Amino acid sequence: MRVSLFALLLLFAVRGLSQDYNGSNEKQEPKGTLTGNFMVLFQQYNEDSLIGAQVPNAKAALNSFGNFTYTYGKFSAGVRFESYQNAILGYPSRFKGSGIGHRYARYNDDFIDITVGNFYEQFGTGMAVRTYWEPNLGIDNALDGARIILRPYKGITLKGIYGLQRLDFDSRIINGSGLVRGADGEVVVNDIHEKLNEFPVKLTLGGSFVSKYQPGTTIEKDSLTLILPNNVSLVAGRVGLMYKNLQLSAEMVQKINDPNADNQYIYKKGTGIFLNATYSQKGFGTSINAKFIDNMAFRSEREALLFDVPINYIPSITRQHTYNLAATLYPYATVLNGESGISGEVFYNFKKGSPLGGKYGTYVALNVAAVNSMDTTSYTGQEALIHGYKTNSPFFGDEKYVRDINLEVRKKLTSSFSLVYAHYYFEFNTLTTPVTNDYKGMVYANIDVVDLQYKIKPKHFIRVELQSLVTEQDKGNWATGLVEYTFSPHWTVAVMDQYNYGNEDASKRIHYLYGTVGYNKGGTRVALGYGKRRAGIFCIGGVCRAVPASNGLELSITSSF
Amino acid sequence: MWYDYGIPAADVSFITIHKMKKILFLLATLPLFCSFNTMPTAAIPSVQLKDLNGNTVDTGKLSNDGKPILICFWATWCSPCKKELNTYAELYDDWKEETGVKIVAVTIDDQRTVNSVKPYINSVSWDYEILLDVNKQFAQAMGVNNPPHTFLLDGNGNIVWQHSGYQPGDEDEVYEQLKKFK
Repeated sequence: MRVSLFALLLLFAVRGLSQDYNGSNEKQEPKGTLTGNFMVLFQQYNEDSLIGAQVPNAKAALNSFGNFTYTYGKFSAGVRFESYQNAILGYPSRFKGSGIGHRYARYNDDFIDITVGNFYEQFGTGMAVRTYWEPNLGIDNALDGARIILRPYKGITLKGIYGLQRLDFDSRIINGSGLVRGADGEVVVNDIHEKLNEFPVKLTLGGSFVSKYQPGTTIEKDSLTLILPNNVSLVAGRVGLMYKNLQLSAEMVQKINDPNADNQYIYKKGTGIFLNATYSQKGFGTSINAKFIDNMAFRSEREALLFDVPINYIPSITRQHTYNLAATLYPYATVLNGESGISGEVFYNFKKGSPLGGKYGTYVALNVAAVNSMDTTSYTGQEALIHGYKTNSPFFGDEKYVRDINLEVRKKLTSSFSLVYAHYYFEFNTLTTPVTNDYKGMVYANIDVVDLQYKIKPKHFIRVELQSLVTEQDKGNWATGLVEYTFSPHWTVAVMDQYNYGNEDASKRIHYLYGTVGYNKGGTRVALGYGKRRAGIFCIGGVCRAVPASNGLELSITSSF
Repeated sequence: MWYDYGIPAADVSFITIHKMKKILFLLATLPLFCSFNTMPTAAIPSVQLKDLNGNTVDTGKLSNDGKPILICFWATWCSPCKKELNTYAELYDDWKEETGVKIVAVTIDDQRTVNSVKPYINSVSWDYEILLDVNKQFAQAMGVNNPPHTFLLDGNGNIVWQHSGYQPGDEDEVYEQLKKFK
C-alpha cells in the first residue's frame, strides 16, 4: 500500500513538474515560496457615557490572524490561524477562541485548477456567487468543499463548486447547514480562433447555475401551512462587448422561489439585472450603470440575516467615498429585497498649459447616483402571504432611497503645494437604510472637503483636511479637521478632531479628538492611536458594518512577508 | 482512475489517519524528488486575472525579460494608492529607461467600483499593465493587508523588497531599490 501510494505520488510529481509553465519543452525548476501576512489589532476601552462608548467586561479586546500560502510550482497550500480574545467591538461578538479559520490545498496548471478545502470564488459580477474575506469587517463566507476550474480550449473556462459556507468561528471554522453547488462557464469568443481574434469587436459570453440545499419541512402563516423548498436554484447569463474605447456589459439573474428571513418567507421569484457602459480615451473617461434588484437575498441558510452566509454579492451603485464625513455617516448599501438604481460618472483631466489646466493640469471627477424603491403592487389576503407583491416594471418606484451627487477637483498648485476640493450632496432615506437611530426619514446633507498637501522639504510633508457636513436632520452639522505630518519612508503622525457642533441636544455637541502615530518598514506597519471615536458605519465594497463609539487606545500591527 | 495507477480501490477507502500522515509527509518531501530541472521561473503565487482588454493573465507567469517588475496593489477608492501611482506615472519613463522596470498595477476594486477602473486609468493616462483582482485572490495569496502595497520582483521573479502604505516621498526609496535590482 505504502509503496503504491509512493509510486503514485512520484508519478504525479514527475508528470506535473516536467512540463513548464508555457507548455514548451523548456524545463524549469519551480521554487518553493512562502507568502503571507499577519494582523494584530488590540483595543483598550475606557468608560465614556457622554459619547455612548461601550466597554466590554474585559475592558480590552484582541483580533489577530496569520495567513500562510506556500507555492511550489503548480502546487499550493494555505492556512490561516485566527484568534479573538475577545473580538473587538464592531466585529461579530460570537467570534471567539484561537484556531484554524481557513485551509486548503490546490493544484493548478494550464488545463486544471483544483482546490480542496476552503476557497473564495466569484461568478460573473457576483450576483450569482461571491465568497470572499474582508477582515476589516469580519466577513468570511468561504466555501468549504471542492472547486474545479477547467480550461479545455483557448478562451473557454469552466468552473464547478461544491461545499458548505463558513458561518462562524469558535476556535475552528463553523460552517452553516446549507449546501451550495454551482457551475459557471465563460467563453471569450475571439480567443477561440485566430480569425475571430482579428475581429474588432471582442465578445465574452458567460452563464452560471447555482443551487443550494437545506432540509426543511413547513412554515405556518396565519391559517396556511406552506412547504419549504429544500433545493433553491438560480440561473444567470452575462455578455460583454468591447469595441475600441467602448465597453458594454450586462448580467441577468433569475432565482426560483426562495422563502427566507430577508423576504418574510414569500414564494416570489427573484430577479437581478446589471448593465454597464463605459467609454474612455486619453484624458477622459465615463461610466454609466443601471441596476434592478428584486427579491435577491440568496443565502445558504434561509433563517440567516445581515452578514451571515450570503452566496451572492450585490453592491451599492453609489460611489464608495473616502473622506470621513462623506463615508461613515450616510453610506448607502443595497436594499436586497428590491431597488432600482442608476449611476453615472465622468473623469476629465484638463491638460497642462490649458486655461483650466494651468501649469500642472487639473483633474475633475463628477459622480451621480439615484436609487428608488421598485415599481410594485402589493397583493392582498392569502396571495400577499404567499407571493407578497407583483413587480410592474424594472423602473423607479415611488419611494426615494438615495440621491448622491459629488464632485471632486484635484490640482497641483505649485511644485510643493497641492489641493483637493470635494463637494457632496446627499438625500438619504434612513427608513430603508437604517444608519442612525436618531432620525427616521429623509436626510438632506451638503458636505464640503478641502484637502491641502504641502512639501516642507524632501520627504517631509504636511497634509490638512477640513470637512464640513451641513444638515437640518438627524444629528445636525459636523465639522472635521485633520493634520497629518509624514516623514517618508517611515513615520506618520496625525491628529483628527470631529465636532458635532450642530446637534440639537447641546450635551451631544462633543469633540471627538483622536491621535495616531504610525511607523512603516517594508511590509510592516505599526500604528498606535488614542482618543475618542464616534459611532459610524464602516464600509468596504458594498458591505457596511456599524462600529460603536469608543474611547481608548488602539494598537494595530500588520505585516506581510 | 485509481486503478489506472495500480492501487486497488478497496485499499483507498481504508486509508487510516496513520497512513494519511505518511501521505502528507510524502507531499511535503515532493520537492526533494523533483530537483532535476534547471531554468528559473516566477516565484509568486499563480492566480488567473483579467486585464483591461478582457485577456486572462496568469500572475505566476509575469515576466519582464529578466528586468525588475513592480507590482502595486491599489483601488479606485483608495486615495493614497492613486497618489502613489500618479507620482510613479510622472517618473515612469525615467525609471524604465534607467532600470528597465515594468509596473503592474493590480486593482482590488470589487464589483461595486471595478467598472470605474478603465475610465479612471484612461483619464489619468497611466501607462501600466493593469490587472483586475476583483475577488482579492491574488492580493490574499501575496499577503496584502491593505492597499497600497508594493512588491518589487527581481529579474528572476523573486520578491526582493516590499512596502505597505504610501507617503509622499516614498518614491525615492522605490528608486533606490530599483537601481539595486536593475
